[in-house]
Amino acid sequence: MNGSRLPTAEFEAEDVARSPDVDVAGSSGIDDADTLHILSEQGELGSTLTARVGGEVVDFSPYVRADDTEHLRSLYRDMYLIRRFDQESTALQRQGQLALWVPLTGQEGAQIGSGRALQPQDYAFPTYREHGVALTRGVEPADLLRLFRGVTNGGWDPREHNFHLYTLVLAAQCLHAVGYAMGLQRDQLAEPSLPPAASIAYFGDGASSEGDVHESMVFAASFKAPVVFFCQNNQWAISVPSTVQTRVPLAQRAAGYGFPGIRVDGNDVVAVEAVTRWALEHARSGRGPVLIEAYTYRMSAHTTADDPTKYRLSEDERQWRTRDPLLRLETHLRSTGQADDAFFEGLDAQARTMTTGLREAVLSMPVPDLEDRFASVYAEPHPLVQEELAFFREYQAGFADDGQVS
Amino acid sequence: MTLKTFDLPDVGEGLTEAEIVEWRVAPGQAVAVNDIICEIETAKSLVELSSPYEGTVSELLVVAGETIEVGTPIISVDDARESPGGSAGSGGSQQESSGGSAGSGGSQQQSPGGSAGTTGSSSAALADAIDTPVPAPDMPGEVAGPLVGSGPKADSVKRRPRKSSATAGPGTPSAGTSSRTTPADQRTTPGSPSDTSSTPAGQHTTPVSPSDTSSTPAGQHTTRASPSDSSSTPIPADQRTPRPGGTGGRVLAKPPVRKAARDLGIDLADVPASGSAGDVTKQDLLGYRDRLGGGRGSVPQSVSPSVTPSIASPGTDRGISAGDRIERIPVKGVRKATAEAMVRSAFTAPHASIFVDVDASRTMEFVRRLKASRDYEGIRVSPLLIVARAVIWAAARNPAVNATWGDDEILVKHFLNLGIAAATPRGLMVPNIKDAQDLSLKELALALNELATTARDGRTQPAQMQGGTLTVTNIGALGLDTGTPIINPGEVAIVAFGTIKQKPWVVGGEVVPRWITTLGGSFDHRVVDGELSARFIADVASILEEPALLLD
Repeated sequence: MNGSRLPTAEFEAEDVARSPDVDVAGSSGIDDADTLHILSEQGELGSTLTARVGGEVVDFSPYVRADDTEHLRSLYRDMYLIRRFDQESTALQRQGQLALWVPLTGQEGAQIGSGRALQPQDYAFPTYREHGVALTRGVEPADLLRLFRGVTNGGWDPREHNFHLYTLVLAAQCLHAVGYAMGLQRDQLAEPSLPPAASIAYFGDGASSEGDVHESMVFAASFKAPVVFFCQNNQWAISVPSTVQTRVPLAQRAAGYGFPGIRVDGNDVVAVEAVTRWALEHARSGRGPVLIEAYTYRMSAHTTADDPTKYRLSEDERQWRTRDPLLRLETHLRSTGQADDAFFEGLDAQARTMTTGLREAVLSMPVPDLEDRFASVYAEPHPLVQEELAFFREYQAGFADDGQVS
Repeated sequence: MTLKTFDLPDVGEGLTEAEIVEWRVAPGQAVAVNDIICEIETAKSLVELSSPYEGTVSELLVVAGETIEVGTPIISVDDARESPGGSAGSGGSQQESSGGSAGSGGSQQQSPGGSAGTTGSSSAALADAIDTPVPAPDMPGEVAGPLVGSGPKADSVKRRPRKSSATAGPGTPSAGTSSRTTPADQRTTPGSPSDTSSTPAGQHTTPVSPSDTSSTPAGQHTTRASPSDSSSTPIPADQRTPRPGGTGGRVLAKPPVRKAARDLGIDLADVPASGSAGDVTKQDLLGYRDRLGGGRGSVPQSVSPSVTPSIASPGTDRGISAGDRIERIPVKGVRKATAEAMVRSAFTAPHASIFVDVDASRTMEFVRRLKASRDYEGIRVSPLLIVARAVIWAAARNPAVNATWGDDEILVKHFLNLGIAAATPRGLMVPNIKDAQDLSLKELALALNELATTARDGRTQPAQMQGGTLTVTNIGALGLDTGTPIINPGEVAIVAFGTIKQKPWVVGGEVVPRWITTLGGSFDHRVVDGELSARFIADVASILEEPALLLD
């Protein structure tokens, strides 16, 4: 047998895969003129926020709430608290109290900005990283950890907060969000007195490659569904850089579906909030979906089970630290005299109380009885489930130990 | 006051063990919740572990450099307060109460709480506190531990012990150790009864608290054969280097490459890796295979496991390792058929071989003319065509060479299925041209073309190889002058002809360059005597010397 008879495709494909064309036109990122921002990396607040969207110039200035000190301080407080929550959760995972943790550090601006733009009647569909959005929707931080401690499949009642359960299947929530938005449309027809509402689908640059995103955008455009697609482009789909996911800025993809796409500096919480408020209003008023690409950076690992130092440069991480969403708002608040040391110290105390309570709550989370699972299959007793429950009890009784993990 | 132990957590998804790389605290030192206590290395990364407790470090239960299983207690912390009475594991929640009772030593030295980098309350400090793992220094493909799910221990299953009729009942923790592990051993290693009871708890040299003995039962190492291996003595770090004689499990390579290596019988550990991640690529493998000289013949299959494992280990001199010097190729397929046929022929038919040098210059001239002829346009013409035609012609004049020995009778055929020996991708094949005696020269040329193309493509069908009556082998195609061919079983003669090349030849007393070949053959002496074989070969030779005789 000679060499030509052996398949050779693998290494050829390998060579191709290892030389992705990273010179992607128009995706030079944060420095891109098309990336909207109003709060500079130096903490200076610009005066205008306009962009050309779908052929017309949109002025986002009416949606900017930068002259309200209390509002800016509350944006900072939310970002700060959720970062402290994130750090405590990471520590809890490292101490064996959580099976896994999905850090959000670096994406606070995108999450708090967009979350705070939502109105109570709007409905958010998160991935598994939207801890900041959860905070803005009033979800108890400890409840977010119940899933990661493995004591529940959910953690909160989505209907209480209009914040859906975390979706672990990549991009599936985009379909849910569009379906929900189409439902909102029909509710509105049946009962015009309802307040106009929109849904918002969170997803990442990695999920943007999923077919679900395509399908949901097609349907959203076709039916002019009141939905905002909020893509946090945090540069990394675990270990795959976003330059491999797309040849054009993700926001440009919206043009292909026929609705507006806007790229915003995801680390500029003020700009994110303004753009999202505009987009939600656009959706609620019947003008159809909007895609927002929040250009940001995952400063930590994808999850606690991965090690980003193995696939990205520490120089990149260092550069992005200068764009920290908290840092620039803190600089702005301090330099304009809107906040002083007392404010930040107060936040620290608040965070300590929060993380202490969080740890206490996690450690005291009741371990559910496995038998409860059988009760949630059917609404009413079912002979097959009863049979399986009996088998399960017999099986459990056969162990010599009590099965408790120390 | 309460002594609290911290068990090694699974910091990744499904990790089963980790190595303590470095301790950052020492006994007697005060720690606060979330203070970094040590650095561990898992199969995935280096990770800093933080303390879940506040208090004074009482004891480090594992020394740095040790690889331990998830769930093993690694540190005990004296929380320096009255026993909370119940609610185990909630000690961390009272981190703010920094008041220490008497005798708690330096436990209040640290600032209360002590969440890293937060007292400054600035974003910058916050960003610095981001938990980013330290880069792992390991080189891919060398001594790195197994990736998750790929290593021998990554998927080891801990089985909860089942009640047996004799030892039912929970028992005390210490008594429970033996009763828990024994049934598991009996189930998982039926062939080694010595495992079941000869592993005292004392072999668990890892410091353990009584409540934890069940997490490191001796019986879980179901893949280890010897009793001494089955104790849960902490595995020294050097065991993470590639094990000698492994099937390349620690060598990085993609699954298709592994498959190909397995098919080729090559141990990936022997193949120099050039992949960007230190992995063995398909090109590396094929290059290695070619250097081994394994590029021809049938597909070598996997190396027998009986090859001594130690000599295949990386680091030994590859040039002299037996794994390279002796390759074991199972005999099957064409190889097996050829071997059987050759043995049957060589040891049943007494072979007599004869040779003669022939001036084939006119044959070469004839071939040249045929090639130029419009009639033969698109047909490959070679000296083999003339030899084949000559053999058919000579066999007609000497019918006894076209026969079969039948013990008590000789079957002389009045047809000639002319076999042509061919080296093919599948090995030696001898397809034959049926009723070659009826073919014109051009038809014979077409038949030879068809036969050669089919054989080269490896598409020769069994039917094409059956029923042969006389064979020609063109050893000249292999660059040889002559050789003693072995008769195809069932036949009594085989004609071999060597290279045709210019040699000095005496013609009319002058030495002139002529196209010379050596014609020869082997004959079954039971049927063909020397005289007959000589006449037959002479007839073939005469055609090569003067193809015009074919017009006869």
